[in-house]
Amino acid sequence: MDFLNRDIVSIKDLTRSDLDKVFGIARRMERDGYDRGLLRGKRISLLFYEPSTRTRLSFQAAAQSLGADTIWFAGIEGTSVMKGETLKDTIETVSNYADAIVIRHPYDGAARWAAEITTRRTERGEKKVPIINGGDGRNEHPTQTMLDLYTMAQSQGRIDGLTIAMAGDLKYGRTVHSLAYALGMYGCRIRLVAPEQLQMPPHVLSYLASRGVECTLHTSIEEVIGEVDILYMTRIQKERFPDENEYNRVRGMYRVTRKMLQPAKPTMRVMHPLPRVDEVSVDVDDDPRSYYFKQAGNGVPIRAALLAMVLGGIS
Amino acid sequence: MNVQKNGTKKGMIVSPIENGTVIDHLPPGRAVRIARMLGLTEGAVVIIGQNLKSTKYGRKDLIKVENRFLTDEECSRIALFAPNATVNIIRDSELVEKRKVSIPDVVEGIAICSNANCITNKEPVPTRMVTVSRSPVVIACYYCGYEVKAEDLRLRG
Repeated sequence: MDFLNRDIVSIKDLTRSDLDKVFGIARRMERDGYDRGLLRGKRISLLFYEPSTRTRLSFQAAAQSLGADTIWFAGIEGTSVMKGETLKDTIETVSNYADAIVIRHPYDGAARWAAEITTRRTERGEKKVPIINGGDGRNEHPTQTMLDLYTMAQSQGRIDGLTIAMAGDLKYGRTVHSLAYALGMYGCRIRLVAPEQLQMPPHVLSYLASRGVECTLHTSIEEVIGEVDILYMTRIQKERFPDENEYNRVRGMYRVTRKMLQPAKPTMRVMHPLPRVDEVSVDVDDDPRSYYFKQAGNGVPIRAALLAMVLGGIS
Repeated sequence: MNVQKNGTKKGMIVSPIENGTVIDHLPPGRAVRIARMLGLTEGAVVIIGQNLKSTKYGRKDLIKVENRFLTDEECSRIALFAPNATVNIIRDSELVEKRKVSIPDVVEGIAICSNANCITNKEPVPTRMVTVSRSPVVIACYYCGYEVKAEDLRLRG
């Protein structure tokens, strides 16, 4: 499907062919360098209602690498959201200032609602302002998944048929929801490692089951470390827990150390969307199997490719 | 068929109606909820039968409402909670139309997303539910993707 002015809200809206196109352009940009004329004259708005380091900065770096301007807020302090402005009114307003909007928001479904608002504007004769989901509550984080898949292909030479363990907070972690949806397109085997109360939500599991994805549930990393090609660690996200007691029961439950990697394949890679707290020991950083900082670096080519495609710099 | 001219079966313990709608073959325990969903409890003459004998299903609920004729959209909504329901239209004590209900693709406005963190529960956003499975009936929020079985779907009001 054509990417021009397209909303990027859920990874499920994209086909494998769509994803492969993004990866192809990202690879080309990495190899040939960024064309600063590609998005000259375009303005991208970054509305980050929640904290972010990598997503916001890599979107900003990607935009600047292609010659686009950015306008943004990071945190709602100092915005009219503090005065009670609704998401609808903010999106209606910012759509007048920008050619595309990247949004991170604490509520599930906020990006889909934002996309609907900018689509309705077109019925009033306004131009479509595409919405890119930079993470909505506990729901999805599709651009993280794009860079995760890109990183897997980069580190393993392929995505098809890989065995991937996701460990930690699978219930509230939006990155693992989007990633699980996408891995089903590539015939991957999925190992889900989490305490019972933080396992993958039923609606994600039923989606995987309906597509025939091989998926097994585990409670310890040791059960799967020897067979996997990727160990995808996640942080237990204190801010997503409705109950602090529930958080205290599970914090620190999973911690990968360099010693734990001994039974792993030499080609296995440890990934993490970051930030980490204590789930990946610092001594893993110097193991050749650690790949999370390289993964974070891939945010720039992936997001640059996506912005170029959505804003018409590349067809 | 042993339907008499006023839409009542032989031996039925609830009284007949002259004009209106009989919603039959509802699973036991669903009638009150369906009547509320359709706004039938506000002013109209409504007869609700619960746990009535049914030759087809063992037990069933039934709703009779006077001078009210359901739209196709309302019949679709019934299907969410009662996929085997039949809707009988009665005029001048005659059964003039018997409809089967069909599960809608989309339900707008009437339901509440069961995900407390959904944007529809946090800001003034009209809800939209999408049918993702018909057997069993499973409904997902269009915005956040949260799925519930139709019988667990919460309604506004």
